[in-house]
Amino acid sequence: MSAASVSVGAASAASVSVPLLEVVDLVRHFPVRNAFGRRVGWLRAVDGVSLAVAPGETLGLVGESGCGKSTLGKTVMGIYTPSAGDIRFAGREIGRLARRERRAVAKDLQYVYQDPGASLDPRWKVGRSLHEPLRIHTRLSRGEREREVRAILTAVGLPDAHLDLYPHELSGGQQRRVGLARILTLRPRLVILDEPTSGLDVSVQASVLKLFRSLQQTFALTYVFISHDLSVVRAMCARIAVMYLGKIVEIGDTTAIFERPRHPYTQSLLDAVPLIGARRISQDFRLEGEPPNPRDVPSGCRFRTRCPLVQERCAREEPALRVVDGRAVACHFA
Amino acid sequence: MAELLAVRGLRVDFVTDRGPAQVLDGINLDIAPGEVVGLVGESGCGKTTLARAILGILPATAARIRGGEVRFKGTDLLREDPRVVNDHVRGRAITFIPQDPFTSFSPVFSVGTQIMDLMKWKSPLAGSRPAALFGRYPRDRRRADHDAVLETLRAVQMPEPARTLRRLPHEFSGGQRQRLMIAMALLPRPELIIADEPTTALDVTIQAQILRTLRALVKERGVSVLFTTHDLGTAHEVCDRVVVMYAGQEMEAAPTEAFFRRPAHPYTRRLLDSVPGPSGELRDIPGEVPSLVAPPPGCRFHPRCDYATAECRLDRPAARLLAAGHGVRCHHPVDGESTRETGARGVSARAEP
Amino acid sequence: MSAPWFVLTRLARDRSALVGLLLIALLVVCALAAPFLATHPDDVFELHPAERLRAPSGAHWLGTDRMGADVYSRLLFGARITIVIGLIAVGASLVLGVPIGLVAGYYHGWFSDLLMRVSDIFLAVPQVVLAIAIAQTLGPSLPNVILALSVTYWPWFARVVYAETRALQKEVFVESTAALGASAWRLTVLHVLPNIASPIIVRASIGMGFTILTAAALGFLGLGPPPPTPEWGRTIAESREFLPDAWWYAAAPGLAIFLTVMGFNLLGDGLRDVLDPRLRRSRTARDG
Repeated sequence: MSAASVSVGAASAASVSVPLLEVVDLVRHFPVRNAFGRRVGWLRAVDGVSLAVAPGETLGLVGESGCGKSTLGKTVMGIYTPSAGDIRFAGREIGRLARRERRAVAKDLQYVYQDPGASLDPRWKVGRSLHEPLRIHTRLSRGEREREVRAILTAVGLPDAHLDLYPHELSGGQQRRVGLARILTLRPRLVILDEPTSGLDVSVQASVLKLFRSLQQTFALTYVFISHDLSVVRAMCARIAVMYLGKIVEIGDTTAIFERPRHPYTQSLLDAVPLIGARRISQDFRLEGEPPNPRDVPSGCRFRTRCPLVQERCAREEPALRVVDGRAVACHFA
Repeated sequence: MAELLAVRGLRVDFVTDRGPAQVLDGINLDIAPGEVVGLVGESGCGKTTLARAILGILPATAARIRGGEVRFKGTDLLREDPRVVNDHVRGRAITFIPQDPFTSFSPVFSVGTQIMDLMKWKSPLAGSRPAALFGRYPRDRRRADHDAVLETLRAVQMPEPARTLRRLPHEFSGGQRQRLMIAMALLPRPELIIADEPTTALDVTIQAQILRTLRALVKERGVSVLFTTHDLGTAHEVCDRVVVMYAGQEMEAAPTEAFFRRPAHPYTRRLLDSVPGPSGELRDIPGEVPSLVAPPPGCRFHPRCDYATAECRLDRPAARLLAAGHGVRCHHPVDGESTRETGARGVSARAEP
Repeated sequence: MSAPWFVLTRLARDRSALVGLLLIALLVVCALAAPFLATHPDDVFELHPAERLRAPSGAHWLGTDRMGADVYSRLLFGARITIVIGLIAVGASLVLGVPIGLVAGYYHGWFSDLLMRVSDIFLAVPQVVLAIAIAQTLGPSLPNVILALSVTYWPWFARVVYAETRALQKEVFVESTAALGASAWRLTVLHVLPNIASPIIVRASIGMGFTILTAAALGFLGLGPPPPTPEWGRTIAESREFLPDAWWYAAAPGLAIFLTVMGFNLLGDGLRDVLDPRLRRSRTARDG
């Protein structure tokens, strides 16, 4: 199953055969404890996810809150250790590395928080924060580091003068750029963007997305773009994976999925997005109820409690990802 | 047609350590009875401040109302006796749905207790006597209120209304809490509901359900709504008319269809253009939102506007009526259809929000 | 961190903190310039039995003690001892307590818990009692007093640092710097420590007051530096048998202790108000 989705994933991307990032049956569970500290269950945040990301592409991870997309990003990054499954970066398994070796991977694999500006130490001048990644990972002299830092600063569109300022002396947008610059000093190969436009005004969002695009060009970056905003994901990602309650329900080419969604959840998700200029969707919108608690995942297909196509089989058998219409779907009836 | 709410020339300053910030610069706004008006704008545009000014809940220490009037059914709320406003208008004729469902309930009391407390003071059956702290809550009225509560909970589609009342707020999800807030906003039988970004914190599928419920209920009961949001798609979903604000000034007001199809104000056009389209083309607005402590003179959008002339720097444009109900405050309104991309038609044509 | 000047100007607006600052300044001046300010600098060691227990007068501003020495002059030299005890004891507590707090705060698991339980044990015993026990065991002398005080005060630093470190760990910049590959050392010393400097400074200032008071108590009980060292607590102990007639003998050191401790407390409170909320505010972003 995982091999099929991985090959579908990789095949429709750029011409390369070796994926830069590969995740195989990744699981991350969190223990749920009662008042006495005793474990009473598991929160199955990521419950068996497989995907592949080719070099240079932008893969979108979409889903609503509780689907596990953020946890997936953090587990790949090493902020959480996997409960099971493999994470392979440039062919090398990284999910089970010792701490020191894992830190070395940070050079190539980086993570951008929702507000990159918050990633700056408020008591450090911007220049010092930008030098830091190079001090940690390289043996460049101060002069060489300075040159690198200035180059990156220009690449994100900020003047050299900002090197001597503190973060609170910059505007929110400038802080965001500095936060990004800091990560780029390491020249990472893959960057995980976790809800980078959440909470931003739509015009600011457009500038930020443009910045991401230009950086991708300049630095030959590969992105994993985590977002709940479907319009943003459509504009930025050539391939997307839709997650629900810890698993991928549909993964493939963005345009194909947006035009002909096969999984009932994807259909509802797309139906839920208001469309300017057309009739009101909420009049026809049919999905009822709330997603189940990730501590209490339904048996069989986890979407069955809200699915309009539900049958008896759905409670017994969990559907595997299979290739349908050029993408992979996990539904018995797709 | 008599307006239910008419704001004229409202001017509000906020005190900051860098001097007074001119958060609202002479706002005019009309809401007709039974109309859902959307107030859209980006952060700092003043929409939340306007909503709060109408309700009269601006922070007393930081905010200063410098001028203008807020006429509700003919009475200026800013100059009316505050006790009258508190007893009869706020929470009764005008109710409020806040943005964050997770902090709008007290965590220590059951939902039923909190809703019945509301009914004790603001029930439509309470009559016109001012509420007293230790006043009686007659049993027959309490029973009638209780029935009204259950009925309204059913109307907002809360499963098991009776059980709901016994539970604590943390037992409910964000979407369910917003339904409860909608119920609480409807129970006093208001004429106007002010909803401050009520679905911003919710997932998109939940949002769709909530918007549907809200619109159906207010239309059924003929309640007006002032709906603030920064999400244009949401405004399109639920509003009859849309007003856009920028940096403390209202720029354009039009019926929904006209607003999105034939936007006249350069800012509106830019804003609609910056919504990501299916082709992936990204258009942003150069420049940054101005500081409200030292705002640009005249039309505050002029530093970022393609069509700005000297006139724009000098005078704030007066409102001009372009078509029925379509007003714009601009010296150079733009003609013609929006150049924004439209999505493909079809069953699942989710081109853009 | 922004200039000390910024802190001073802000501090100056708080009247009680200003009083505190002035009292401390007075103490420091007295200690430093004791040889010049004292009217009878030799009286620290010399005896003038003929002039014992004289009331305050033009020659002896605060009277004389049972040895005939000038109370005022001995007071000034006593200030030196007070400061030395305070500085070294608090300094040693800091050097011991801060790293323990950092380690316990940064790591999670049994070792952190162990460190904190040990510090809790020390905190459970009243400082004075513990200091007495230690000084009693080791014998009365200046170094022993300092040792006793350091050993009893370090848990306060450890606890503050532990709590602040744990709180700071949740901050985005700490997590993201860790994600960049920063080592534990870099994170705690270069990032966490500077950001928690304020609570440490506040704790140090209050600690000075507390420590000086305890030192005086030890001196009073005879556990401090032996005579003829003009330590304030011991002076009060000596004066007991001559009360209430030779009131100046007890009043002078008593008042000195009171003013010193109050000075440090006021300064500490003022610093707490100035350092934390304002800096936090200036640290937040201006949204552009």
